[in-house]
Amino acid sequence: MAHEDIALMAHLMRRAGFGASREELEARAAKGYEATVEELLHPAAEPVDRYAFLRYHPGFWKPITSPGMGSAAWFHTLLNTQRPLEEKMVLFWHQVFATGQSKVDHWHELIAQVDMFRERGMGNYRDLLVELAKNPAMIYWLDNCDNHSRAVNENWGRELLELFSMGVGNYSETDVREASRAFTGWTIAMAPPRGYYNRWDWEFEYIEEDHDDSEKTFLGHTGRFNGEDIIDIVCQQPATAQFLARHLYNFFVADEVQVPAWQVTPPRDPEAVETLAQAFTASQYDIRSVLRVLFLSDFFKNARFARIKSPAEVVVGILRLAGGAEFPAPGIGNLAKQPSYMGQDLLNPPSVEGWHTGSEWINSGTLMKRINFAADVLGDIDRPGIRAMVERIKAQGDLSPEAFVDRCLDLIGPLQVRPETRQQLVDHAREEGTLSWGVEQDAEISRMRVGEMLQLIASLREFQYC
Amino acid sequence: MATTEKAPVLVVLQLSGGNDYLNTVIPYNNPLYRDFRPIVGVPEGDILQLDDEVGLHPSMGSIGAMYNQGKMAIIHGVGYPNSVRSHFRSMDIWHTCEPDTMGTEGWLGLATRELDPHQDNIVTAVSFGPSMFRALVSPGVPVACVDDLETYGLLTSIAAQEKRAKILNRFAQTYAPMVGTDSVMSYLGQTGLEAMQGADILKVAPERYTSNVAYADTTIATKLKGIAQIHLAGLGSRIFYCDHNGFDTHANQAAVHPILWKDVSEAIENFFDDLREHDAADHVIMLLFTEFGRRVRDNGSGTDHGAGGVAFVIGDAVKGGQYGEYPSLKPEDQTQGDLAPSLDFRGLYATILEDWLGVDAKPIVKGTFEKPNFL
Repeated sequence: MAHEDIALMAHLMRRAGFGASREELEARAAKGYEATVEELLHPAAEPVDRYAFLRYHPGFWKPITSPGMGSAAWFHTLLNTQRPLEEKMVLFWHQVFATGQSKVDHWHELIAQVDMFRERGMGNYRDLLVELAKNPAMIYWLDNCDNHSRAVNENWGRELLELFSMGVGNYSETDVREASRAFTGWTIAMAPPRGYYNRWDWEFEYIEEDHDDSEKTFLGHTGRFNGEDIIDIVCQQPATAQFLARHLYNFFVADEVQVPAWQVTPPRDPEAVETLAQAFTASQYDIRSVLRVLFLSDFFKNARFARIKSPAEVVVGILRLAGGAEFPAPGIGNLAKQPSYMGQDLLNPPSVEGWHTGSEWINSGTLMKRINFAADVLGDIDRPGIRAMVERIKAQGDLSPEAFVDRCLDLIGPLQVRPETRQQLVDHAREEGTLSWGVEQDAEISRMRVGEMLQLIASLREFQYC
Repeated sequence: MATTEKAPVLVVLQLSGGNDYLNTVIPYNNPLYRDFRPIVGVPEGDILQLDDEVGLHPSMGSIGAMYNQGKMAIIHGVGYPNSVRSHFRSMDIWHTCEPDTMGTEGWLGLATRELDPHQDNIVTAVSFGPSMFRALVSPGVPVACVDDLETYGLLTSIAAQEKRAKILNRFAQTYAPMVGTDSVMSYLGQTGLEAMQGADILKVAPERYTSNVAYADTTIATKLKGIAQIHLAGLGSRIFYCDHNGFDTHANQAAVHPILWKDVSEAIENFFDDLREHDAADHVIMLLFTEFGRRVRDNGSGTDHGAGGVAFVIGDAVKGGQYGEYPSLKPEDQTQGDLAPSLDFRGLYATILEDWLGVDAKPIVKGTFEKPNFL
């Protein structure tokens, strides 16, 4: 199988998922790139069973208020899913429709929200927006339960336009108001007050009497609009197609500037964004169709290592590669907190704007955490994924320092590094000579050297990219 | 303005969760306190009376002693208008001084930039805790983020010293600046080297440390000990930040709150004893704050999120006493069932920034606020 096929497949799996073992890469490359894209869009594998996690951690069912507890259930899915693109889209929508525990204070409802993203995230965007407008966590997060016909609250109406569809500059303050009026009455049913150690489930409720049924003028259209009508009009706007296309580009293709700057800074590849926007409109807002165009495009295939990994991608990617974390052993709650130490507290973004991505994931604290975590996991040569890599290297017999380095770079990715970096790695390997497996002592030393080389690679700047 | 010969040092101990003002600095002679706190009120006989009006929680003996020596300022009713009763949002506001927008730069990150504009000392600001506190964030300003000082450093999972040294050496070479690298790679390079150098600088601290003080075996005492070790190693660090969690006492407050304050008070006593033993206490002050106080009326087992709270500043240079006014407990004066803040926290920050650290407060706290003059 050609090396380039593997490299391209690795690129696809890093972006459309969380990476893949060499075995999986070879199996997928054998089926072909286009077939793999289709499989990612319509995955055949069974979804992860939430109860496979809960039966070992019953305390994480409707968890209460401790940090990390709520995201552990999702973390288990992230580590185990064989439907990677579906899960990547959950992360995508969680970034765009950022809703946080800091205010919602109801893990169960946040988990229900991301479960909804899993169910609908690759389907129709218009339907997704309607579900979002009815989602209790979102209603509470953006105060739509305080949005009454006689006292309009504009929070949801504004963010729907500013952050979830069109982007700043494509609507007026009056449009915000009119949109908000249309969503009056979309609220959460009364629930008993919280107990000391429990929260009650929330349900969406539409209260007709609280809804402003009168005429509204929104983006040039006039009518007695309700929420769905606003969403329909929003979906028709070219700005929505552009905004969503740019988000998908930023998440799957290459790092853009931060979202607040999008109004003043054009996309780095306007043609690519335009292509995706057209796919969005032509397919009547079908996300799968846009993703298909994206993954089959040259601009995607050529965008190798053009993104800084998010903490979720760092942690989940490394754990899936190294293996050994699939079973929800005690301590999974702590593992689930790792992305928060690197700056991404899942289910608790700092605000509705989500996280700052790309190079802004990096500061001296987070970089050290990323490197230490990667080195810690990848240096554990007893993990199944590492053992598999060691076996593949051993199968090639004795290796020169150059071949040893190249084999490690290949199996951990394949990872592209600059010539100077590769030379440093080769110099490091050269200090201990040929990697040999003949005698048992040599094999033991060589196993350790592989672990050490993987740790060194994991500490590289290049490893921060995907 | 307080002056010392040595460069002034600030230690911030964040009490996370919303410490209960009313049970910390107790208005014991106010009959409304008993009325509103039938279950959670602190028993009269146990209160450590400071004067005719207020007393401290019984667990705060060590801190009470500091008050009696004139080394502790109690800042009454701190908060900000339109209190947010969400932990993270309110804490963000305290960290960034931006109550109305989403702030991304911390007050101490900005202060560090003023103290060390050319980044001559990359351990000027040290954060103790697994994540970096937003209070210390400012783009381009290096902050050493330590969780455990003993094991702090890059690639510490590599146990064999010689092997680790070799790998770190190689690390430094791969991160060296190189012609032709794009801005993100350069930024990664600079950040990686700073992280490594910061760790190198800080690791001498435990090695150089000797002391007769036996710190309590609690997480907060361990953090303060780490801070003491770095301070005593004379590395030039000016700002330290750590937190102690658990103050969100919605339930079972009578059991939980005393332990929290016992641990905190003991740790602070250990800390200042340690510094004093080394003649290194006079230019250090410690700020204790929380993101909000708690409701006036208890909920039968604990208390819920409130508004106005209390802050403390401790140190030899502090003019001990009480600053500001205890907010009224009368129902008509409360704000949605909570104590109305009487002093803006940004004024408290301004005093520390201008009269201790010697930097201009206005651009950092984004305005001019009444400064309690405890320095």
